[in-house]
Amino acid sequence: MNTPLSWIKAYVPELDVTAQEYTDGMTLSGTKVEGYEQLDGDLDKIVVGKILKIEKHPDADKLIVCQVQITEEGDTVQIVTGAPNVKEGDIVPVVLEGGRVAGGHDGSKTPGGIKIKKGKLRGVESCGMMCSIEEMGSSKDMYPDAPDNGIYIFSDIPAYDGIRIGSSAVEALGLNDVVFEYEITSNRVDCFGVLGIAREAAATFGKSFHPPVVKVSGNHENAADYISVEIQDKDLCSRYVARIVKNIKLGPSPLWMQRKLAACGIRPINNLVDITNYVMEEYSQPMHAYDLNLVAGKKIIVRRGKDGEEFQTLDGQVRKIDSSVLMICDGEKPVGIAGIMGGENSKITDMVNTLLFEAACFNGTNIRLSGKKLGLRTDAAAKFEKGLDPNTAMEAINRACQLIEELGAGEVVGGAVDIYPTARTSRRVPFRADRTNKILGTSIDKETMIGYFKKIDLDYDETTGEVIVPSWRQDVESQADLDEEVARFYGYDNIPTTLPTGEATTGKLSFKLRVENMARNIAEQFGFNEGMNYSFESPKVFDKLLIPAGDKLRENVVISNPPGEDFSIMRTVSLNGMLNSLSTNFNRRNKNVRLYELGNIYLPKALPLTELPEERMQFTLGMYGSGDFFDLKGVVEEFLEKVGMKKLVSYDPKAGKTYFHPGRQANIIYENTVIGYMGEVHPDVLDNYEIGEKAYAAVLDMPEIVSRAAFDVKYKGIARYPAVSRDISMVMPRKILAGDVEAVLRKNGGQILESYHLFDIYEGSQIKEGYKSMAYSISFRAKDRTLEDKDVTQVMKRILDGLSKLGVELRQ
Amino acid sequence: MKEKLKAIVEEALEKIKDSQELDKLNEIRVAFLGKKGELTEILKSMKDVEPQERPVIGQLVNEARSILEDNLDEKKKYFAQKLRREQILKETIDVTLPAKKPMIGHRHPNSIALEEVERIFVGMGYEVVEGPEVEYDYYNFEALNIPANHPARDEQDTFYVTGDILLRTQTSPVQVREMEKGRLPIRIIAPGRVFRSDAVDATHSPSFHQIEGLVIDRNITFADLKGTLAEFAKQLFGENTRVKFRPHHFPFTEPSAEVDVTCFKCQGEGCRFCKGSGWIEILGCGMVHPRVLKMSGIDPKQYSGFAFGVGLERIALLKYEIDDMRLLYENDVRFLKQF
Repeated sequence: MNTPLSWIKAYVPELDVTAQEYTDGMTLSGTKVEGYEQLDGDLDKIVVGKILKIEKHPDADKLIVCQVQITEEGDTVQIVTGAPNVKEGDIVPVVLEGGRVAGGHDGSKTPGGIKIKKGKLRGVESCGMMCSIEEMGSSKDMYPDAPDNGIYIFSDIPAYDGIRIGSSAVEALGLNDVVFEYEITSNRVDCFGVLGIAREAAATFGKSFHPPVVKVSGNHENAADYISVEIQDKDLCSRYVARIVKNIKLGPSPLWMQRKLAACGIRPINNLVDITNYVMEEYSQPMHAYDLNLVAGKKIIVRRGKDGEEFQTLDGQVRKIDSSVLMICDGEKPVGIAGIMGGENSKITDMVNTLLFEAACFNGTNIRLSGKKLGLRTDAAAKFEKGLDPNTAMEAINRACQLIEELGAGEVVGGAVDIYPTARTSRRVPFRADRTNKILGTSIDKETMIGYFKKIDLDYDETTGEVIVPSWRQDVESQADLDEEVARFYGYDNIPTTLPTGEATTGKLSFKLRVENMARNIAEQFGFNEGMNYSFESPKVFDKLLIPAGDKLRENVVISNPPGEDFSIMRTVSLNGMLNSLSTNFNRRNKNVRLYELGNIYLPKALPLTELPEERMQFTLGMYGSGDFFDLKGVVEEFLEKVGMKKLVSYDPKAGKTYFHPGRQANIIYENTVIGYMGEVHPDVLDNYEIGEKAYAAVLDMPEIVSRAAFDVKYKGIARYPAVSRDISMVMPRKILAGDVEAVLRKNGGQILESYHLFDIYEGSQIKEGYKSMAYSISFRAKDRTLEDKDVTQVMKRILDGLSKLGVELRQ
Repeated sequence: MKEKLKAIVEEALEKIKDSQELDKLNEIRVAFLGKKGELTEILKSMKDVEPQERPVIGQLVNEARSILEDNLDEKKKYFAQKLRREQILKETIDVTLPAKKPMIGHRHPNSIALEEVERIFVGMGYEVVEGPEVEYDYYNFEALNIPANHPARDEQDTFYVTGDILLRTQTSPVQVREMEKGRLPIRIIAPGRVFRSDAVDATHSPSFHQIEGLVIDRNITFADLKGTLAEFAKQLFGENTRVKFRPHHFPFTEPSAEVDVTCFKCQGEGCRFCKGSGWIEILGCGMVHPRVLKMSGIDPKQYSGFAFGVGLERIALLKYEIDDMRLLYENDVRFLKQF
C-alpha cells in the first residue's frame, strides 16, 4: 500500500508534518510506514521557463541555442539543447545552474541526482537545462501528457494555461510530494484505502478528518429499468450494487487525478479507468465495469461456476472454472470471475456507450482460494481477499458516479440496484476502563480512553457502557481489542516498564537439554564442530545410503505440498545431512573435518499418519582426515561416561548398516540395548557423496541416552595399596575379537582385577595365516591390603584357563 | 714434613686454579687425595714421624685435605654452573614460531545465541521446554485463534503432512501445550525448529528456529512485558540498548507489538546495518489473547499473560554480522570455526 502525502492531506488538511515525523508518528500508532520516497528528493532549482528565442548553433547541426525566460520579471538565461521538440513560445521545466535533476532523458536514475553546471556546448555557453519528464524522475507511463521524446511542454497542455513563469516546475508537476509505503496488518482492512489511513493520520496527529462528501448523483431515470441483479450464492456475495452510466465520453482524466494515481504507482489510462482506480485507492473498494450492451438479458446473476466450465478472462487467457469459484453471469453466460477479473466477452472497448458499474462485496477467503486455484492475483482480488466492509460498496460506487458526472465522463442514470440480503451493522462491545488499565499496567482516565475511541469514530454509549464499533472496523470485537486501541493512542512508549511480580518460579533447562549440552561439550573437546541440517530431504537419500527397498527407514513422513523433491520427506536417519556436510567440506578442500549435529529424526508410528510421528533426537558425529574408527569410539565412550553411563559399553559388529563398511561397523550396546551405531562409511556411499577419503560416523540415539544419564557423581577412594601387573601375550584366530578376550578377563579377574589394556596387536609374517597376536597388560589391586603373589597367581590361572577355552594360545 | 705439606698444598691449589675442565679436577683429586695421592702418602709415612709429633702432623694433613676438598668442590660447582649457562644459551627458541593448537570444536552460532537467550531467561526464572516439530493443526493454528481459512495461514506458507498434521510454522504451539497442562503460573521459553515453505536465499530458509516465551499469572500486564523484553535486550545486546514497542497484529495476542532495539552497530545513530533508521526489529510479542487463554482452559478473568517470539537466526545473524543465512546450514568448518 502506497499513498502520497498530498492525498492524505486532501482529507486531513491541517496535517503539517515532515515525512520523518509522519513515519514515526504513524508507525507508533500502529500504521507501520515501511519507508518513503521524496519524489523531488533529487530535484533542485527547477522552474517554469519560457523559450523566447531559438537560434541554430553555429557549430553543431543537432544543437539549438535558446534564450529562456526564467522569472516573471523577465530574466533570461541561454541554454543549448539537442531536444527535437521545442519551439519559440514553449513553456518548459528549466533546471537552473547549480540545480539538480534525477537522471538522464533515457529514464536512468542517478542516486542523489545530477548537478547541472554552467558549461559550453561546442563553444556556446549554456546555463541550465530544459527537462524531460524522465529527467524529472518520472516516466511517460505515469505522465501520459508528456511527449514521446523530448522536453516536457506545459504550454501544450490546456490544464497548465496561465502557469506562472519562474514558479516551481516541481510543484506544477505534482512532484513536491512524498510517497509512503506501509505494512498494513491483515486485521486492518480499513487501512487498505487512503481514507482509512487518513483517518488514522488525523487521529494520530490530533487533526480533524474530512472524508469526501459524496452526493448521490444521477438523472431522472432508474437503474432498475436497465438491469436486474440476483445473488444465488449469498454465502459468497454479501452485497451487489449496480449502477448505470450512459453516453460515455472517454478521454483523459484531469491532471490532479492522474498525478495522484501516478504517485501511487498506478498508470493513468482514461477517465473511466482512472476514476475506478482512484475510488479503489480511496475506499479500498474494487469496482468493475461491463459494457451493458454485451450483458445478455439485462440481467446479472451471481452464482458458483460449473465444474469443467471454461472462461476467457479479459487478458485473453482461457481459465478452467469449477464450482468453488464465484462467477458473475448475465442472462446466458458468465461475464466475469467475481472479484478477480472480468471476461473478454463483456469488456469495455473504446466503442462503449452504456456501462454497468459493479461494486460488490465477496467472501474474502473464497476469493483468496479461487485466486490461488486459478493462479490469478489481481489488484481487485488482493483487496477482496482481506474481507471488505459491504457498507463501503454503496459509498464507493456513488463516489465514482459523482466523479463521472463532475468530470464529464458520462451521464449517470439515477438510482442503484442494491442487493444486500443481510446488512452489516455496527457492533456493540462492552468496555471496562479498569480492565484496560489492569491489562496495560497503566492508570489512564476513562474519559481519555473514550477520547481516543472518538478520534477513530468509535462511539461510547454511556448508558450501556458499550463502545459502538463502525462496520469498517471488523477487527474490534472485544475488550482486548479496545485495550489495544487505548494502548496505541496512549502510546506504547508511555506505558510503564515493570517486571512481573507474583509467585517465584525456578529457572531451569529440561534434563534432556542438559544432556544435549553435555554432548556438545564433549564433541567440541574432541574437535567436532557443530553443524545443522534440514529435517526434510529427498527420497533419493535412501538410494544414496544403499538402504534397500522395503526397509523400515523408507517409511517416512511425507510432506504433501513440498516446494521440491529435496524438501519432500522428513528424515528417518540423520546420516544424509552429515555426509552432505562432509562432502561440502571435502569439495572445498578443508582438511581433517569433524562435525557433529543434534537433530531429530521423525519416525511414523503408522502410515498413513494418524498421530504425530515419534521425534527422536540423534547425536551424530562424522569425520574424515586424521583419526579412525577407534578415535571416534573414544569420543562415544567419553561422552557416555560424562553423562554418568559408566557401565560396560559393548560393540556388536553385526549392526547390519548398509551405509557402513560391512567389516567396520558396530551397534553400540549398553544394558543390552542398542543405544547407537557407528562405522566407517561404505566406499560406495563415499562415492555417492563424492567424499574422496575414508570417513567415519557415529549416531547416538538420545532418548536411550537421556533415559539412562545421570549427573550425580560419587567420589571413590584413591587406591592406597600397590598394584601388581602381569603381561600376557597370545596368538589366536582372527575371528576372536578383543571383546571376547576382554570378556574372559572380566569374568575370571575377580574382585582384584583393576584394569587391562591392549598394548600390542599384530598380524603378519611372524604369525601364521588367519591368526593374530595380541598382548594385554593386566593390573590387579586390592582395596584393603598389599596383594601377595599367590593371590595374583590364582586369578591368572583362571584367566589363562578361560583364554585357552576360547581358543587362544599363550605365547612364551 | 711441614714444609713438604705446605708445598703439596700450594702445588695442588695452583693446579686447581689452573684447571680448565671437570675431568682435570678429578685427576687432581686422585693425584693428591686418592689412595696413592700425595697427601695419603704423607699419612702413610707417619710411622716415620716422632710419636709426639704425630698428632700435630695428623692435624695438619687433615687441614690440608679439607682445604683441597673445599677448593675442588668450589671449582666443580663453578664448572657445573658454567655448563648450565652454556646449555641454556644454546636452548633459546624462536618464540614467534606458530602455536600448536589442540583440535577443539566450535558450537554453531545458532546454539551460542540460543544459550545466551536461555541464560538470560533462566536467570529470570523461566523454564526451558520443548514441543513437537511435527504438530497438529489444532496447536499450530486453531488454538492460537487462527481458524481455518484465516489469512494468517497463507502468510505462513505451511508444509502439510495430512489435513490436520503439519510442520509447525512457529513455536507458539508450545504455548498451548504448556497452558493445557493446567499448571500455573507459567514462565517458559520454548526454543525450536520451525518450518515455512520459503525458497532458500540469503535471508530465507524453509527451516529456521524460534524462541517462544510465555508468562501466565495473575496480574500480568503489558508493562511487565515491556520490562521483561527491555531487560532481555539489554542483557543480549548491551546495557545501553533501548527498545521501542510498535503496535502490530498477531491473531493470538492483543494488544500486540513488534519490538525494535537500538542498532548495536551505530548505537541508534543510523548506519548501513539498520538501513539508516537506528533501529533493528527483533521480535513480536503481545498480551495473550483472552480467547487463546480460554481455549486452553485458563480463565482470562483470573489470569493474564504475555507471549513473545524471537527468530533465533535473526539474532545470530545480527549479533555475528553474518550476511547470508545459507552459511548456517552449509556446515563449512571454515565458517563454524569462527564462533
